[in-house]
Amino acid sequence: MPREILLGDEAVALAAVHAGLSGAYSYPGTPASEVMEFLLAAAAGGGFRAAWSVNEKTAFEEALGCSFAGKRALVSFKHVGLNVAADPFMSSALTGAGGGLVVVSADDPGMHSSQNEQDSRFYARFAQIPCFEPADHQAAYDLTREAFDHSEKVGLPVMVRLVTRLAHSRAGVEIQAARPANTLRLGSRRAWTLLPSNARAQFRRLLDLQPSLVRYAEASPWNSLDLNPADRSLGIIASGIAANYVRENRSAGPDRPSLLQLSVYPLPEALIRELVAHCRTILVVEEGYPFIEREVKGMFGLPGKTVLGKLSGHLPLMGELTPEAVRAALGQEPLPRRDTAGLKLAARPPQLCLGCPHGDAFKALNEALEGFPGGNVFSDIGCYTLGYFAPYDAIDTCVCMGASLGMARGAAEAGVFPSVAVIGDSTFGHSGITPLLGAAAVDANMVVVILDNGTVAMTGTQPSFAAGGRLLRIIEGVGVDPARIRVLTPLPKNHRENVRLLREEIARPGLSVVVFVRECLEEAKKKTKTGGLS
Amino acid sequence: MSAPARQDIILAGVGGQGILSIAAAIAGAALKRGLNVKQAEVHGMAQRGGAVQSHLRLSADRIWSDLIPRGGADLILGVEPLEALRYLDYLAPEGRIVASSKPHLNIPDYPDLEAILGEIRKIPGSVVVEAESLARAAGTARAQNIVILGAASRFLIVDEAGLRENVRGLFEKRGESVLAANLKAFDLGRGAV
Repeated sequence: MPREILLGDEAVALAAVHAGLSGAYSYPGTPASEVMEFLLAAAAGGGFRAAWSVNEKTAFEEALGCSFAGKRALVSFKHVGLNVAADPFMSSALTGAGGGLVVVSADDPGMHSSQNEQDSRFYARFAQIPCFEPADHQAAYDLTREAFDHSEKVGLPVMVRLVTRLAHSRAGVEIQAARPANTLRLGSRRAWTLLPSNARAQFRRLLDLQPSLVRYAEASPWNSLDLNPADRSLGIIASGIAANYVRENRSAGPDRPSLLQLSVYPLPEALIRELVAHCRTILVVEEGYPFIEREVKGMFGLPGKTVLGKLSGHLPLMGELTPEAVRAALGQEPLPRRDTAGLKLAARPPQLCLGCPHGDAFKALNEALEGFPGGNVFSDIGCYTLGYFAPYDAIDTCVCMGASLGMARGAAEAGVFPSVAVIGDSTFGHSGITPLLGAAAVDANMVVVILDNGTVAMTGTQPSFAAGGRLLRIIEGVGVDPARIRVLTPLPKNHRENVRLLREEIARPGLSVVVFVRECLEEAKKKTKTGGLS
Repeated sequence: MSAPARQDIILAGVGGQGILSIAAAIAGAALKRGLNVKQAEVHGMAQRGGAVQSHLRLSADRIWSDLIPRGGADLILGVEPLEALRYLDYLAPEGRIVASSKPHLNIPDYPDLEAILGEIRKIPGSVVVEAESLARAAGTARAQNIVILGAASRFLIVDEAGLRENVRGLFEKRGESVLAANLKAFDLGRGAV
């Protein structure tokens, strides 16, 4: 078999291509972006459609439409992207899938590049759909292929849950022969029109499918039970990449603990029962929240058994797992370590690039606000969130995609003045248009600052749908008074004029939109490198 | 003497210094030798001028964890001295550091440089390389990462020819002068140890 070196994200993407993919949709977000980056490059050869979407909800719906048409579809995003897509996601469990529909949700335990570390497995259980959680790159490839087959067979979307360390790690993958794409075959009106009468029947179908999903997980070779007949003291349940940390540390001797390795959900109850019956102490090792541990332990624990894991304090409840944390949970001595003997190493947080247009915009905004005590700057998700740090100290909030506008309006209506929203062009396209529509309708007393650098910079300069002339037409189109739309260029030479104009808009009652337009430095660099072709 | 069949390497630097490029060069050479490779990378927010690191594991046997355990790294390669020292708790008792002497000063509270370099030199077998001046001598200050790779080639379990071939692969599309400068940077780094 041919072997390729791939990121975990790329292994998933290549598997989708080989599984007969017809359509793939996504919105950029770490650690999921490279799934679509790989598919875009692969799609250049023809055979399927791959595209960035305006947000995760639209991406999900585009994939769902492809599945409705009988074709295989992939939708990928970071964990919090699934919150945005949660509405179609939850109901897709009722419509079911036509062509295989695989939902890739990449979690970020440790919050390397995220605002929370929510665990996508809860969403799969919430929707009552299968979830595959690969332990390594080969499994990411094999299980993604299997996810398409499983999805078609049971007529449900299937989630592939990744975590940062697999998504952004490289290793060799053996690939299999590609399968052709499906032919067009439309879904039935009754199943796909979720009027209450139809939805009840579809929900019944989903509930009736559950036992067969558990049986599938119990029979899956990806859920493997290794009981040590010679030792009944310790049994380990390890899921996804957590199993690697266990195998890295587990002794191979006659006293080795029994191990149930899990990658296919819903939980294989029979296998868990067998392990629990065999062992006195059960250690649950999982990346993310204590999902399996809570389920195994229940509210009252297991009589005569001890269940260890995150809830018991044997593993940390937050952050990502490490080989050494799992080593300690297995009761082994830590490896000897060195330290810098009191020499304090300064932290080096990420920061805006030298000469970044956002820096000039923040300098102007800070100065413009100087004459207005009591103001607040609500910000959003992107490179400009780094405006939180010195020397800017320019923003006071960051919650989720698009929150800046809604929060600025709510705060303004609660009495905050000046109330300023700061949002980038792509984030505005993702989730800023609807709150602006609402704010324009009531002429909310706030200033919306849109930082238009023409790209999705933080995640690697993917295309923005709401930049340049289109952005200005959107702002006007949702009802903002054209006299209250300012377009400024964030450059040091314009600083004084920009401060003056911002002050003017802050002082005027009602809604103003100030657009700072200047190309991202990374984007400009990319164009130079590729001779302007990208 | 046959080379050992496994090596765990931490690569450290600041976003934009080319950590991932030298990780890829080593990984490529290891694959050529028939070794298994796992390489954990940092993408996203941290790449904006922040501390970045990569865990690179090479082994003839199956590699389980993507991360190197603290206290388990054979080698730390630092394209920046503070960043090299940041991962000291990953270094095994017999491990060593190969680091650039050139600080990247994009933070207000950078510690005393001599103290940093002193700590690195205290680790037996460790090497501090004048990566910036060597890179300039090779023709481009941007090649500090390749200087460090060249210096590290003395201690890596993959062979020099394989590494050079991968350096070539990284830069041959950027034009002849860029390629020549990086190959020179590799040789100057190797010569500095």
